[in-house]
Amino acid sequence: MTRATPTSPTTGPDIVASGGPASAATGGASARHDVAAAAPAWAGSPWRERLRRVLLAVAALVLLCAVWELYRAVGPTDGGRLFGVPVLPRATDTAMPHTWDIVAQLGEKEVRTAGSDTVGVAVAKAMWFSLRVAFAGLVVGVVVGVLLAVAMARLRIVERGLLPYVIASQTVPLVALAPLVAGWGGKLQLGSLEWERWMSVSMIAAYLAFFPVAVGMLRGLQSPGPNAVELMRSYAASWWQTLLRLRLPASVPFLLPALRLAAASAVIGAIVAEISTGTRGGIGRLIIDYSQSASSDASRLYDAVLGAAVAGLLFAGLISLVELALTWRRRHGGGRARPIRKVGT
Amino acid sequence: MTSTGPATAPAPQAGAAEAAPAAGAAPVPAVEVRGLDKVFPVSGGGQTVALSGIDLTVAPGEFVSLIGPSGCGKSTLLRLVADLLEPSAGEVRVFGKPAGEARRGQDYGIAFQQAGLLEWRTVAGNVELPLQVHGVRKKERRARARDLLALVGLADFADHWPAQLSGGMQQRVAIARALAERPRLLLLDEPFGALDEMTRERMQAELARIRHETATTVILVTHSIPEAVFLSDRVAVMSPRPGRITRIVDIDLPNRVGAPGESGGLADADDVREQSAFFAAVTAVREALRAGGPA
Repeated sequence: MTRATPTSPTTGPDIVASGGPASAATGGASARHDVAAAAPAWAGSPWRERLRRVLLAVAALVLLCAVWELYRAVGPTDGGRLFGVPVLPRATDTAMPHTWDIVAQLGEKEVRTAGSDTVGVAVAKAMWFSLRVAFAGLVVGVVVGVLLAVAMARLRIVERGLLPYVIASQTVPLVALAPLVAGWGGKLQLGSLEWERWMSVSMIAAYLAFFPVAVGMLRGLQSPGPNAVELMRSYAASWWQTLLRLRLPASVPFLLPALRLAAASAVIGAIVAEISTGTRGGIGRLIIDYSQSASSDASRLYDAVLGAAVAGLLFAGLISLVELALTWRRRHGGGRARPIRKVGT
Repeated sequence: MTSTGPATAPAPQAGAAEAAPAAGAAPVPAVEVRGLDKVFPVSGGGQTVALSGIDLTVAPGEFVSLIGPSGCGKSTLLRLVADLLEPSAGEVRVFGKPAGEARRGQDYGIAFQQAGLLEWRTVAGNVELPLQVHGVRKKERRARARDLLALVGLADFADHWPAQLSGGMQQRVAIARALAERPRLLLLDEPFGALDEMTRERMQAELARIRHETATTVILVTHSIPEAVFLSDRVAVMSPRPGRITRIVDIDLPNRVGAPGESGGLADADDVREQSAFFAAVTAVREALRAGGPA
C-alpha cells in the first residue's frame, strides 16, 4: 500500500527510457546488417530505431506537461466530486503548480539566508544520498535473491518450504516493518561495524529488491529442458558444473527483467523507508520537509517527487549497463561471424 | 544378403565381459545388454512395462539401429545404455564396465533429436562444452573443436551462434559435440528425426563417413526403415508394449561405406540406396516390423 505513493512518477518514464540506453550501444552494428535477419535479438538494432525511442520518450514527456497544463486551464478550481468523493484535483496553484513554476523553483534558495543551497542543489544532494542507500540495498537484495534461488533450485524441499514465505514477505506492509528495522540502530554491533541508520534503510530497500530476483532467477535456473540436463548428466558433470555451465547462463534472460524490477523496488523502498524511519539526507526526508510548506506552494514538493523519478531513471540506466556487460560476449563475441551461406544441410 | 538370426547374433562370450580387452580371443563387446526390464510407475498406482527381457550385444566397431513403432521403448533402451535411466532388472555393460562407470569414464557420446545447443555459446563453444566440464585446457579445447568441426564440415562456422544455423547444421554440431571426448561408442536418438528428407539423406551419408573415419561403434534409434538399412550392420526390430526385440536383421550392402578395414570404398550414397540389395533389406526389415505386431 505504502509503495504506491512514489511509484507513479518513477515507473512512468522508466518504461520509456529503459530501451534507450540498452539499444544505444547495440546500434553500431550496421556492418553486420547482413546477419541481422537470422541473428537473435541481441545482435543489434539500427540507429534509426534508437532515435525513434529517444523521440518517443521526449514526446511522452511533452505530452504529459501538455495534459497537465490543459487541465490547469480548464479544470474546476474546487476540484471534481462524485457523490461527495473527490475524484479530480483542484486546478489551483497550490494543488497543481504550473510546470514552469516547478522548474523555476529548482533555482530558488531553500531557506532565505545567505549561503543556502538552491532547491535544485538540495534535491540533487538528496538524490545522491538516496541512490547510494538504494544501491547498497539493491546489491544486498540481488545477492540474497540469487542465493535463495540457487538454494531453491538445488533442493525441491527448500523450494516447497521457502517459496510461500518469499511470496508472503512481500505482503507485509512496509511501514509496519520499517520502524522495527530502524530499531536495530545502536543495538546491533557486527564486529567492528557500527550499525548506522542508513543501513536500516538499505535493509528495507533490499527487502523489496530481493523478491523479483529470487522469483525470476528461480525460473531461469529451472528453464533448461530435460535434454540439456541429460546431456550434462552424460558428461558426468557435477551439480555445481551444471549450475555454472548450464543453469546460470540460462537464467540471464530471466535475471535481467528481474533486475529492472528490483532496481525500481530498491529506490521505492529506500524513499519510503527514509520517510517511515525519519532518516535525514535523502529524497524521502525532503518530501516530508517540502510537504509541510505545500499548502502554500506545492512546486517544491513536486521538485522532490521529480528527484525521486530521476533517481529511478538513473537506476534503470545502471541496470542497462549491467545488461550490456552480461550480454556483451553474445553481441560482440560473434563479431567475426560471416554472413550465412546456406550450405545444404 | 539378409538373414534373420537370434536376438544375440554374435554369441556373447561367457566371462569375456569381465576380462580386459582380450588379446587374440573374442574382444569385449562394446555394449552388452542382458535380461533388461524397465518399468515406469504411473501416477495412480499402476505401472507401464516399457521394456521386457531385452538381450542385445553390439560388437566394437559395429553399427546397430534400433527400430520400432512409437512407444516401443527404443529411446528408453538407449537411455539405459547411457545410464540416464536405471534398469528395473537386468544388466547393461559398456565395454565390459557397468553403464554408470562407462558414463563417468566418458566411454560414449550422445546426441538427441533436438540438437540442444546452448544458445549463449558459439558453435565452437558448444563443441567444447564436454571438454570444459572435464577440465581440458583452453588451447587443447580450441584445437579439438576445430578438428571436430572440420570433420562434420562446419569449419567455417566455429564463431557463429547456434541460432544462425539451419537445423541440419545444428545437428552436425551436436554430433561433433558427442564426439568431443573421442568416445568409442556413439549413441544417437533419432538425430535426423526433425530434418526434411533431402537433408536427412545427406546427413546419413555424412554419418556413414564420420563413422568410417572415426571407427566408432554406433547405436542409432530411428523410425525410418531406409535410414536404418542404409547405415547399419544390424537392425534390431522392436515391438511395443511391452517393448522387446523381436528380431535382428543382418544387413549386407556391397560397396557401402562401412567400418574401416571392411571391404567397400567410399561409394556414392545414392548408388547404395538404389541397388537391389538395399531394397531387399528394406523389405526384410519391414516384414520383421509387421510380424512384430501392429505398427
